[in-house]
Amino acid sequence: MNAGTLSAVLTVVFFVLFLLIIWWAYSRSNKQKFEDAANLPFQEDGGDVGQRH
Amino acid sequence: MEATYNYKVVRQFAIMTVVWGIVGMLVGVILSAQLMWPTLTEALGPLAPYLSYGRIRPLHTNAVIFAFGGCALFATSLYIVQRTCQARLLSDGLASFVFWGWQLIILLAAVSLPLGVTSGKEYAELEWPIDILIAVVWVAYAVLFLGTIIKRKTQHIYVANWFFGAFIVTIALLHIVNSIELPWMLAGGVWWKSYSVYAGVHDAMVQWWYGHNAVGFFLTTAFLGMMYYFIPKQAGRPIFSYRLSIVHFWALNFIYMWAGPHHLLYTALPDWAQSLGMVFSLMLIAPSWGGMMNGIMTLSGAWHKLRTDPILKFLITALSFYGMSTFEGPMMSVKTVNALSHYTEWNIAHVHSGALGWVAMISIGSLYHLIPRLFGREEMYSTRLINVHFWWSTIGVVLYIAAMWIAGVAQGLMWRATNADGTLTYSFAQSVAAMYPFYAIRLIGGLMFFVGMLLMAYNVWKTVAMGKAVNDARIPDAVQA
Repeated sequence: MNAGTLSAVLTVVFFVLFLLIIWWAYSRSNKQKFEDAANLPFQEDGGDVGQRH
Repeated sequence: MEATYNYKVVRQFAIMTVVWGIVGMLVGVILSAQLMWPTLTEALGPLAPYLSYGRIRPLHTNAVIFAFGGCALFATSLYIVQRTCQARLLSDGLASFVFWGWQLIILLAAVSLPLGVTSGKEYAELEWPIDILIAVVWVAYAVLFLGTIIKRKTQHIYVANWFFGAFIVTIALLHIVNSIELPWMLAGGVWWKSYSVYAGVHDAMVQWWYGHNAVGFFLTTAFLGMMYYFIPKQAGRPIFSYRLSIVHFWALNFIYMWAGPHHLLYTALPDWAQSLGMVFSLMLIAPSWGGMMNGIMTLSGAWHKLRTDPILKFLITALSFYGMSTFEGPMMSVKTVNALSHYTEWNIAHVHSGALGWVAMISIGSLYHLIPRLFGREEMYSTRLINVHFWWSTIGVVLYIAAMWIAGVAQGLMWRATNADGTLTYSFAQSVAAMYPFYAIRLIGGLMFFVGMLLMAYNVWKTVAMGKAVNDARIPDAVQA
């Protein structure tokens, strides 16, 4: 396999990988997980005097 | 100790952000004055060479990018990683090492660049001993940051940390590959001088692979990390779409790496590489605008806060400039547009709409949120002053970039104008003379932005004087996210 073919294959592999990432991000089963993650900045508390929820 | 956060290093970097911002922007103001009055610094006699344009121009770029921007990124990333991971930094010693190491690097740059010690690579001018020091400090920073993520108490890694993580890993890679150089002393030359191991067009390509990804990962990805934490915090609501932020992150990472060749259009670089760079630059609009929308839409339902909260004004205006310059950038990388824009003042307009509008404003907004919290106060000493600062800098940036846009297009058109017999219509000196009014407006705009930083310094000073250093806020009992 020459360098040109290798780059072509890799480009396709990365593209498929990217589609899988989109699928993973938007799949229904992960919805709750990401909503929890989005709330992380608000679950801190401690000495944060300016906290507002 | 383990039950608290390390705020000391955050505080140190936050204060130095303001200090280096003032220094770096002052040098910028001097440079823009030199463009109007080229003999300005000649009156300094023996000192004149050290302040000549060619020597302090890299001083300006290094100071604003790596000293001002760098300190802002260290401060915010080390704050965010602790708070969203609910864990103290991996090591206090390492944190001090990163702080003092970075300050030493900045001082060495501030001495060596005016002395004319340079490797001549844009944004990578520092010579080999400093390059090695940068690599060591950067690896320490990587260990500190990633080590803190590993010991996190939360289940998830918040998206801001992903952006900072990509920034840290990529900058290490870029810096080390682009800085591979041979010290001249191996051949009996001056000890500090070195030459790149790459030659000719390869050197150019490696340099702009570095240069553009420094823009992509230092000035974009990392500041997006700031955006993904401070906009939700200041708006009091979570990010508009966390899922979009994941796609934003990966799309940027997949595409940015290949955009570098757009700095080398119409050069000796092979044509296919130029076109590749152009296509990837065009694709970048999608993730950039997706990210911008994500940040701005976070305010959806709370738009009224923009009227009263100048910190939010800073953050949201920064995103607007981000949107503007990430539209402009791909447009300028189109070969036909580039034929007009390249090497003109248009580039300077583009860079500053990104650097002042996006990078500086998101940093300033974040610092106004951060500093009171580091000094045990509800808010900054004067909110009114933040508002004044906001308007000074916004008008300053607009004056600056509008002047440079017009100047750049005029310059490009003058350079390419030909008479019927094929000779050039204008001499180069005529195109320089045409720049004067725009240089004057730019100087005013830059000066306004600089004055804004002085207001900030005063406000920070008063806040610090009234407050007291919060030594290490308590970590809340681990919350299972």
